[in-house]
Amino acid sequence: MTVKLVIGLDGAETGDRALEFAKTLAARIDDCELIVAYVIEWSPFTFQTPEENAMRHKRREEELATATARVAEPAVKSLQDAGFKASCIVRHGDVAETLNKITVENGASQIIVGRSSEGGFTKRIFGSSTQNLVMHADVPVTVVG
Amino acid sequence: MKISKYPLAAAAALLSAAPACAQEAMGIDEKVNQAFAQVTGPFVSLIFAPFPGTDFPWIVMWLVIAASVFTLYFGFVQLRFFKHAIQLVKGDFADPNDAGEVSHFQALATALSGTVGLGNIAGVAVAVGIGGPGATFWMILAGLLGMASKFTECTLGVKYRNEYPDGTVSGGPMYYISKGFKELGLPGGKILAVLFSVFCILGALGGGNMFQANQAHAQISGIIGDYPGWITGIVFAVIVFLVIVGGIKSIANVTEKVVPFMGILYVGAALIILLVNYDKIGWAFGQIFDGAFTGLGVAGGMVGALIQGFKRAAFSNEAGVGSAAIAHSAVRTNEPITEGFVSLLEPLIDTVVICTMTALVITISGQLIMDPATGQFVLDGARIATVDGNTGVSLTSAAFGASISWFPYVLAVAVVLFAFSTMISWSYYGLKAWTYLFGEGKMSELVFKLIFCVFIVIGAAASLGPVIDFSDAAIFAMAVVNIFALYFLMRIVRQELQSYSSRLKQGVIKAFTG
Repeated sequence: MTVKLVIGLDGAETGDRALEFAKTLAARIDDCELIVAYVIEWSPFTFQTPEENAMRHKRREEELATATARVAEPAVKSLQDAGFKASCIVRHGDVAETLNKITVENGASQIIVGRSSEGGFTKRIFGSSTQNLVMHADVPVTVVG
Repeated sequence: MKISKYPLAAAAALLSAAPACAQEAMGIDEKVNQAFAQVTGPFVSLIFAPFPGTDFPWIVMWLVIAASVFTLYFGFVQLRFFKHAIQLVKGDFADPNDAGEVSHFQALATALSGTVGLGNIAGVAVAVGIGGPGATFWMILAGLLGMASKFTECTLGVKYRNEYPDGTVSGGPMYYISKGFKELGLPGGKILAVLFSVFCILGALGGGNMFQANQAHAQISGIIGDYPGWITGIVFAVIVFLVIVGGIKSIANVTEKVVPFMGILYVGAALIILLVNYDKIGWAFGQIFDGAFTGLGVAGGMVGALIQGFKRAAFSNEAGVGSAAIAHSAVRTNEPITEGFVSLLEPLIDTVVICTMTALVITISGQLIMDPATGQFVLDGARIATVDGNTGVSLTSAAFGASISWFPYVLAVAVVLFAFSTMISWSYYGLKAWTYLFGEGKMSELVFKLIFCVFIVIGAAASLGPVIDFSDAAIFAMAVVNIFALYFLMRIVRQELQSYSSRLKQGVIKAFTG
């Protein structure tokens, strides 16, 4: 049975270390598939100007294209070059919730993420995506420092 | 960040020079005021012409009859689909694949930030100041009926919008009138669309701009002391200019986040005042009901109260005006009717909740002078006599201040933010109408945006009377054309409603769980 692992990236440096760890882990597993997931932070409950709304569809396409080209696809390439089976998913949403959803949808058994990239103050008040993920994920979460 | 420091510095310099040029500056205010009243007089008289032999402006009947017709035609859609509207806004029916697109909540919030403005704070004070507390009853009724008008126009706005190759959208009555009429094989669509656009530009300059600047200045000068309006006008104009022309998104972003909190603060303060005066709530509602049907001595009696209530509701929640259709058209959805459902909530929040809060606080505060012997209001000309002779936003301020002494300061901040966010929204609506007439393009847009900013200064300088009259007239003129078209197009909306309704019942349209 294929073991699937989700690697959550956000473009920060810790993402590279998460990828490295994923490679080490995958090497030990017989039949493994790696899914690189990039979640663009977005909430349906924000307040916009009318102009922002009119431009939103265009911006969304741009954001998806940029994230795919700059982060997700290079990551997939680096995994494939190392000999692993890999694919990528880029989506908008709440980071923790969406990573978890992607994991469940694809039947993955673990999530690997880098340590959080939010600043100290924000983290103290609102918690970080990593903290939220660890507390609410449906599968084991590995946080790489 | 560097650029945004300049307007603040400029504002500080202007304000510090104010006392020195006050005398001469007052003269400029007067001149602007007179010229303005002369030019707009005939237009205002036409819109507010009464039925022959009565005091009743035909435009008020136009709006209310339309709202009633739509309510009946769609089988009280405001009641039947209210729960579904809430579900849509919560996101229960949101397709996960649409994550990142404009959500129903965002469309609603954007439209609300355009409609919740000085009309809710100052306009209600004008209504209650002339029509008494009874005007509140008619205002609530107009708000409830108006939900059906919004439903109709917002559904059409999404259905007939233009989607451009670069992914941006343009929608609104000018598009649904021209496209919808063509689809139905009716003549005159193009002419009506052009007419609407002209009135929309005037409405954007009037209610969406001048009225906001005017009342914002009134509140500020009420706090820090009298000074010429054009100074406030220039400060506002510069900031608005930086946002809509310079694209200083950060200012607009701040406002858009802060305005909802101000709204909650405002309603919260009103609720606290009502709770503190809980023993008077019964009496206040009694005043509202008595005033609704007898007038309690206001000019025009019951009809006077009714006219003021309907007028203010229409001006505040813009149902039937068509502006919300422009705001809602940006939502990417396969079901235009869902935006119609969501827009039902706007008149409810705007009029039935926020406007009513203002009216109740003014009533309970005792700012309106009543003759204890007769139980009728004492009149001062055409309006009710108030403590200190306050009108408009200063009446609201005094009413809140009677219970929470420091609230006028909070209100000043709220008024400035509400005015600003309404101006930003209406500059967009006016822009869409302008580009419909004169074509898209940088130069065309710049011209309108400059005109818009000039009118901010004029609005701040003029006195309340001519400004509110012109603002009302322009917005109601939009409603004349829009509603006329809606009567023809409503059958299209009914088809959408029936189709969606049956698919919802059959379970073809499902909520997304998890």
